[in-house]
Amino acid sequence: MSDAPGVLTHAAVMTGRSLRISRRNLDAMITAMMLPIMLMLIFVYFFGGAIETGTAYDSYVMYVVPGVLLLCAGFGSATTAVAVSEDMKGGIIDRLRSLDVGGAPVLAGHVVASTVRNLVSTTLVFGVALLIGFRPAASLGGWLAVAGVLLAYIVALSWISAAIGLLARTPEAAGGFTFFMSFLPYPSSAFVPVDSMPGWLHGFADHQPITPAIEALRGLLLAQPVGNAPWIALAWAAGILAVAIGLSGVLFRIRTA
Amino acid sequence: MPETMIEAHGLTKSYGKPSDPVRVLDGLGLQVPRGEVFALLGPNGAGKTTTVRILATLTTADSGTARVAGFDVVADRHRVRRAISLTGQFAAVDATQTGEENLRMTARLTGLSRSHAKHRAAELLERFGLTEAARRQVRTYSGGMRRRLDLAAGLVGSPEPGVFFLDEPTTGLDPRSRRELWQVVRDLADGGATVLLTTQYLEEADRLADHIAVLNGGRAVAEGSPETLKARFPGHRLDLVLTGREAYLRLAARAVHHSPGTLTLGLPTDGTAAHARALLDEIDPHRTDVERFSVHSASLDDVFLALTGETAEEAAGETTGETTEPTEEPTHV
Ligand SMILES: Nc1ncnc2c1ncn2[C@@H]1O[C@H](COP(=O)(O)OP(=O)(O)O)[C@@H](O)[C@H]1O
Ligand SMILES: [Mg+2]
Repeated sequence: MSDAPGVLTHAAVMTGRSLRISRRNLDAMITAMMLPIMLMLIFVYFFGGAIETGTAYDSYVMYVVPGVLLLCAGFGSATTAVAVSEDMKGGIIDRLRSLDVGGAPVLAGHVVASTVRNLVSTTLVFGVALLIGFRPAASLGGWLAVAGVLLAYIVALSWISAAIGLLARTPEAAGGFTFFMSFLPYPSSAFVPVDSMPGWLHGFADHQPITPAIEALRGLLLAQPVGNAPWIALAWAAGILAVAIGLSGVLFRIRTA
Repeated sequence: MPETMIEAHGLTKSYGKPSDPVRVLDGLGLQVPRGEVFALLGPNGAGKTTTVRILATLTTADSGTARVAGFDVVADRHRVRRAISLTGQFAAVDATQTGEENLRMTARLTGLSRSHAKHRAAELLERFGLTEAARRQVRTYSGGMRRRLDLAAGLVGSPEPGVFFLDEPTTGLDPRSRRELWQVVRDLADGGATVLLTTQYLEEADRLADHIAVLNGGRAVAEGSPETLKARFPGHRLDLVLTGREAYLRLAARAVHHSPGTLTLGLPTDGTAAHARALLDEIDPHRTDVERFSVHSASLDDVFLALTGETAEEAAGETTGETTEPTEEPTHV
């Protein structure tokens, strides 16, 4: 008989499992990667010419990349909700609990795998952006800050997704919920300046969590002044993360009562 | 190790709104001695899964107590978990992992090192006849293979001979896979395991179990060895259409099934030609009273009818508040 394994071992094994399964659900992976790239191409080549972003940007692609990166994080994290929901619906969760695997490592496995998936797709988006004329001017510190903000948002969105997976009765419903989440970048400065939106939207667009992230990423990547946008963005991510972790703990107990 | 590996007293459990609770278990008690195969027999919605989940520490009873391997299922649930193997009603293996990956993962979760996990997985694949399919994704498996893998995953990390909970292990399987799974359960039992299995099939309980409890209305309405129960609720019935009322009345007391309108009586039999012949000779030595006969395989429905005066369907409808599919006895071969 072996010693009872710790939470870290459980989380590591669960992460390995999620990664293996992700690799085999290649079509889902590719969809999650292709959608943001397609959107980027559509925005840049179809709408870009018509969108007035101000003189600070040489071209629309310089403006839009941060938004696409966050859109990509949204799509990439959404699959987590479906995966968690599928585990909760089937016999898997009973088996795991009978092996004394707690809720935290089960969810952490999904979130870490989601983060890894997102890093791959983010890199790909960056690559395509460079190909179509994106020329970042960030310093090394700027790049580190970009990575930090992106990582924070990816982890936070993945945990929220996991919580949604626990909340939804069916995997389909979970997929539907996260669909809404992936619309959050639109009413922000991601694709068009907030000033160009109707007045009643300004309040929301200026104060929703995606906006400071966009402002921070854009400023950092183009080496423009960012003020305290990165800090506001990180505060949002930390807040979302805290709520998601707390919420999923409660939801997990309710679902397994 | 204790002599009684599974015991429960006065388990109750209700689901639904507190104002309008639906009682699923209503004072269920059971005792399974070490090394015994115990079958919980009941139709859809009888509370079998609920019972298994309470005993396997996955949910708690509203009242009552239960001990598994000597440990209280609430206070000592972590010890219980380390002593049991659970194979639930719904598949608990990943379709997009291979059989081997599923087992290695489970083994790692129980605390085995990488190399031990690999070794243990190989051993179990061999034992459950899955070595050939080890490197194929589970979605390519047949229902029976999947079920065997599920069972293997359940016992990856538990000490043997352990305590097994198998919730409807053969439901949905074709007859051949069902027989293969029966053999697996028998092998476990031969190795000294204590097994609590649930089933909707009288025949399955009969073939596998040392002891059967019939679950109805949230309690065990009949209990005993298959022989005792069969004596009360035979596996087969010889249905006789009699030539007259007089013969009907003379034989009615021996019958387990009565249909006065058609002058039909059902008498217990084991279904063998020898027994049927002897029975016919005995009750109708002059060969004048019995017009026609047929052999009827008892279904769970018959057992319920005999036990409770209601059909299994009605019983299920009563506990669930909805009608469930009728339970079918697999045909005898
Ligand atoms: N989590 C639950 N919430 C509400 N009702 C439930 C729940 N689990 C089981 N039930 C109800 O309890 C009854 C018994 O279910 P179950 O134990 O699954 O029966 P069986 O396994 O014998 O088919 C059914 O009517 C079922 O609908
Ligand atoms: Mg069940």
